[in-house]
Amino acid sequence: MGDTDVTGVAPVPAEHLVTDVAEDLSVFDADIVEKAGQIIARYPQSRSALLPMLHLVQSVEGRVSQAGIQFCARQLSLTPAEVSAVATFYTMYKRKTCGEHLVSVCTNTLCAVLGGDDIYRTLGEHLGEDGKRLGHNETAGEPGAPGSITLEHAECLAACDLGPVIQVNYEYFDNQTPESAVALVDALRKGERPAPTRGAPLRDFRTAELELAGFWPEDEESYRSTVDGPSAAVETLRGAALAEANSWTAPPMPNAPLPAEEPRAGSSMSGGEKK
Amino acid sequence: MTTPNKPAPVTPVLTKRWLSPTSWSIKTYEQLEGYTALRKALKGTPEQLVQLVKDSGLRGRGGAGFPAGIKWSFMPPNEDKPHYLVINADEGEPGTCKDIPLMMADPHSLIEGCIIASYAMRSHHCFIYVRGEALHCIRRLNAAIREAHAAGYLGENILDSGFDLEITVHAGAGAYICGEETALLDSLEGRRGQPRLKPPFPAAAGLYAAPTTVNNVETIASVPFIVNGGADWFRTMGTEKSPGPKIYSISGHVSKPGQYEAPLGTTLRELLELAGGMKDGIPLKFWTPGGSSTPMFTTEHLDVPLDFEGAAAAGSMLGTTAVMVFNETVSVPWAVMKWTQFYEHESCGKCTPCREGTYWLAGILERMVEGRGTEADIDTLLDICDNVLGRSFCALGDGAVSPITSGIKYFRDEFLALCEQNRGAYVGAHS
Repeated sequence: MGDTDVTGVAPVPAEHLVTDVAEDLSVFDADIVEKAGQIIARYPQSRSALLPMLHLVQSVEGRVSQAGIQFCARQLSLTPAEVSAVATFYTMYKRKTCGEHLVSVCTNTLCAVLGGDDIYRTLGEHLGEDGKRLGHNETAGEPGAPGSITLEHAECLAACDLGPVIQVNYEYFDNQTPESAVALVDALRKGERPAPTRGAPLRDFRTAELELAGFWPEDEESYRSTVDGPSAAVETLRGAALAEANSWTAPPMPNAPLPAEEPRAGSSMSGGEKK
Repeated sequence: MTTPNKPAPVTPVLTKRWLSPTSWSIKTYEQLEGYTALRKALKGTPEQLVQLVKDSGLRGRGGAGFPAGIKWSFMPPNEDKPHYLVINADEGEPGTCKDIPLMMADPHSLIEGCIIASYAMRSHHCFIYVRGEALHCIRRLNAAIREAHAAGYLGENILDSGFDLEITVHAGAGAYICGEETALLDSLEGRRGQPRLKPPFPAAAGLYAAPTTVNNVETIASVPFIVNGGADWFRTMGTEKSPGPKIYSISGHVSKPGQYEAPLGTTLRELLELAGGMKDGIPLKFWTPGGSSTPMFTTEHLDVPLDFEGAAAAGSMLGTTAVMVFNETVSVPWAVMKWTQFYEHESCGKCTPCREGTYWLAGILERMVEGRGTEADIDTLLDICDNVLGRSFCALGDGAVSPITSGIKYFRDEFLALCEQNRGAYVGAHS
């Protein structure tokens, strides 16, 4: 038995079922095409380039649009359906244009207990207009315009010892309170760039997406300033600092030879470095 | 302070460089024995390195605890197809926060481990799949790879050994399921991150259907130390079946949350002492030994040795040693509901028990927390859990039921109390 002729049995004419609109891809200029090629070159098989390429698309448009999907499909010889299936699976690909900044508040259990739920609620109320709270993945201000902010609640951001945590454009702002979070978004709206607790000096969402696609500042000085952005939180170093204060160390490491290959079961062969 | 036979309460190995200024730079790394293990390893054979890691008893630090050396030995000895080493740096299990600080503070230890492990498994292309939200780690890893290339530790003919290796850092895009190794491979191939049926295991058919080993960050970062110190040294810490030091990430209601690297088998009582005790003196109520997917423990379990065997014998799992500590002010049903909402959101949708199960579990728990639950809901929850546990495609489903079944096991009264006001309605409905 053959496949069902779905267009034949459809209640509407076939031309209405398939919307094969060719989008205008001119927003993805020669530089972006070049970058897409560089991404593909990193992998043994081109399709592996899809996730970074979707990040690249977001760095251009602040979201993954139909044009972005068609661009990736064309670069990778995939169908738009194949690209759409991937783009809609992952939380970090946004279908609505993101603000200049993306503010992600961890509301998973541990952060929530420590105040994450309060922070998310407070920010929603603070950024909302006309008494309406700003919801998940909604933007205060004209999306993409200076000072615009997209708010989202995030799942565990893997900084639990520093909770409650917020990320702005995926840079960490640790140990937050509702008050500090309000001050943070107010500064962002005024065009300021507060320094993250851990991460590079703050830029915008689209720059973060370009970095996620694997493209870094080209001049050495800017590059080093991003790499050397802070990371050594007190919490991170607590165990190591406690050990140092108490002169606790791991047992000293001997310079042990590599073992012999595959000792037979029951044999008493111990060490012996191969020449 | 410490006897020769008993290691110190905190044993910094992986974390020992973290206090150094610009610990992430190759300069600091090389001053602190960095890349000495690589030189030593390249003088040996791949077989010797696999044997060494087997002898050390190093077990996977990503949650499952599978012996790393055994996993490596599954890789075929021939090179009919390219071999791949893939690092799982998709840290996202609620409570887990060890790999991200490690990659920020000491990315070269991971890079050196990747080179040694790739050599041992005859891989010439290694991928580090990093959670997209961990942008600063991605940045530091890329910088470390650049530095390692410039120093001749990566690329062609590494240190004149004839061994070639490239490392590619790959950013994820926000999907917890990609921490499952086969879902990670699908994601790395540019697909939706959905788990694959095993067998075939990745060592037979992994990335691009070629032999592949997927290891956690902390596992691979341990390798240079094992190469330098030897298996016997590694075994001076930890227990017979769970050797070595481990980064315990203590979070929540303690005075000094943070990363404490201690020998495997350390108890919560000991960890709490290191972390300054319970915050504001408010007593402990429940905790997880290794993330939300590991069944919760209570005050009864303060002296359970936190190694793979000890946690399992007490009815939980060691997981990622993400010790989340909750005090008496926290409602267990509420915490369980929040975690269940997480699993519902992160279920990939591939298999019915997990996709539908997490949806209904979340809905029922939400209703209970809102005060509209009945005693029958508890049985319904347990019944659904029974149909998810062991019947899902991957471990996400198993993890999703852990908070619920353990929460009801230890705090049933709290779930019942939420239903108390609806008791009349419930009884009436049956009269």
